[in-house]
Amino acid sequence: MKRTFVAAAVVMAGTFPALAEVVAPAAVTYADGAVAQSLTGQAGNADAGRTVMTTRGLGNCIACHQVTALEDFPFHGEVGPSLDGAGDRWTQEELRGIVANAKMMFDGTIMPAFYKKSGYVRPGDGYTGKAAKEEDLEPLLTAQQVEDVVAYLATLTE
Amino acid sequence: IALAAGAASAGQEDNLVVNEEIEIVVRTDAPAHMENVDTIYSGWTFRSDETQALQMDDFDNPGMIFVDMGREVFDAAAGSEGKSCASCHESPENLKGVKAVYPKWNDQAEEVYTIEMQINECRTDRMGAEKLKYNGGDMTNLVALLASVSRGMPVNVAIDGPAQSTWEWGKELYYSRTGQLELSCANCHEDNYDNMIRADHLSQGQINGFPAYRLKNAKLNTVHDRFKGCVRDTRAETYAPASPEFVALELYLSSRGNGLSVEGPSVRN
Ligand code: HEC
Ligand code: HEC
Ligand code: HEC
Repeated sequence: MKRTFVAAAVVMAGTFPALAEVVAPAAVTYADGAVAQSLTGQAGNADAGRTVMTTRGLGNCIACHQVTALEDFPFHGEVGPSLDGAGDRWTQEELRGIVANAKMMFDGTIMPAFYKKSGYVRPGDGYTGKAAKEEDLEPLLTAQQVEDVVAYLATLTE
Repeated sequence: IALAAGAASAGQEDNLVVNEEIEIVVRTDAPAHMENVDTIYSGWTFRSDETQALQMDDFDNPGMIFVDMGREVFDAAAGSEGKSCASCHESPENLKGVKAVYPKWNDQAEEVYTIEMQINECRTDRMGAEKLKYNGGDMTNLVALLASVSRGMPVNVAIDGPAQSTWEWGKELYYSRTGQLELSCANCHEDNYDNMIRADHLSQGQINGFPAYRLKNAKLNTVHDRFKGCVRDTRAETYAPASPEFVALELYLSSRGNGLSVEGPSVRN
């Protein structure tokens, strides 16, 4: 499945594989909750990741997690553990897996899957409360945004 | 975990007495059917001192304006029979205790009735009047009126007998993870009450305080509108107010509050 997608993308994009190799949500391979392969083939940008972490319409990770390095952004949640030191506790591959689909790492976790676009119950069209068309659903974050967040998390060392 | 919440938890131990007269039970042992929670708390206990204070005196409670408006609806004749609620029920005080036991199985209709459904039945079958919009202003004001005269009485909805299957459906809905965020009511209000989620101090999502005046939108909010808001926030397709799903959820949630006092109209942020 993954190979087919990449091949198709390369053909369609007609460009260098390095730019086209975005792994589709359904094609991501998890091993013990970790994802070895970059979702984009591009290095993540930690600054952009910081924005994703703190923006309500994006990752809004601080809704649930406290992060000392993000103290400038008010109101951190307590639903998940503090992410201080997450870059020490987890490898980059593990962090990618946690952000893409935390349910692969933590069975039944309350943490949403940020890189997935099917298998939902009554998915809505964003926050409108109206039904979404299953085929129109986008993952909560783009592949690059996941990579950006992973790059930011890697900076959280103690 | 509560330690980090610090200021947000202030007043959580306080007791609520309205008008120095009506004692409200805001925490008590969970009813036997609740498997994962020992103590149930009114949403009031999770609010700031300032918000809490607004509910302690009817002169400060903005929800009471709507109760007064509800009295006008109660006394106004409508429909082909030329009757008002007062023609049969005399005064709202006569219906004291009713709000505490709704939603309730209705034998004739063979379904669980919310108090709104009962009111609309009186309108159509007994007054010859049109139904009131289920979560519209007149209806919500009437419900606030009927709640206000029951304040202090323990919520006590029946979940056995013919209501049981509806109750079980409501329970299933409560624990279903919906939307793109894949969250259930329980994820926030059972697993995480007393935790902060961004700027919000999560309560148990009790409904003994409905209708609730919210400072955020400066109006009286119905219980089904609150359900709708919470489901929408999981990035899910919501159910509609008055839908059988929300009626079932309302019965189930009411039963999670059995033992707390009726407090509507409450004040929330
Ligand atoms: C709705 C709540 C919620 C949101 C939103 C959320 N998380 Fe989590 N997260 C959790 C919970 C709960 C855990 C603990 C895992 C478990 O369930 O055992 C967790 C665990 C983690 C962990 C591992 C914790 C550790 O250091 O040991 C990381 C890393 C993480 N989350 C990152 C993120 C990032 C990045 C985002 C945003 C893109 C995010 N989370 C959004 C609830 C959330
Ligand atoms: C013509 C008489 C009549 C009028 C007018 C009327 N009702 Fe009723 N109402 C009844 C009767 C009779 C019952 C009992 C029905 C039953 O028990 O099955 C009832 C039941 C109720 C109940 C439920 C009581 C319980 O113990 O379960 C509520 C609440 C109520 N009415 C509110 C209202 C309101 C509000 C209005 C005006 C919008 C209204 N009624 C108008 C006759 C009336
Ligand atoms: C993502 C988290 C989240 C989920 C999921 C959620 N809620 Fe809420 N809910 C909140 C927040 C935040 C508030 C406002 C603070 C509070 O009272 O907890 C709230 C408030 C409420 C209230 C008002 C309580 C009061 O005393 O005024 C009710 C009732 C409620 N929720 C019911 C539900 C129901 C029913 C569901 C599932 C259909 C649900 N919630 C799902 C976050 C959530």
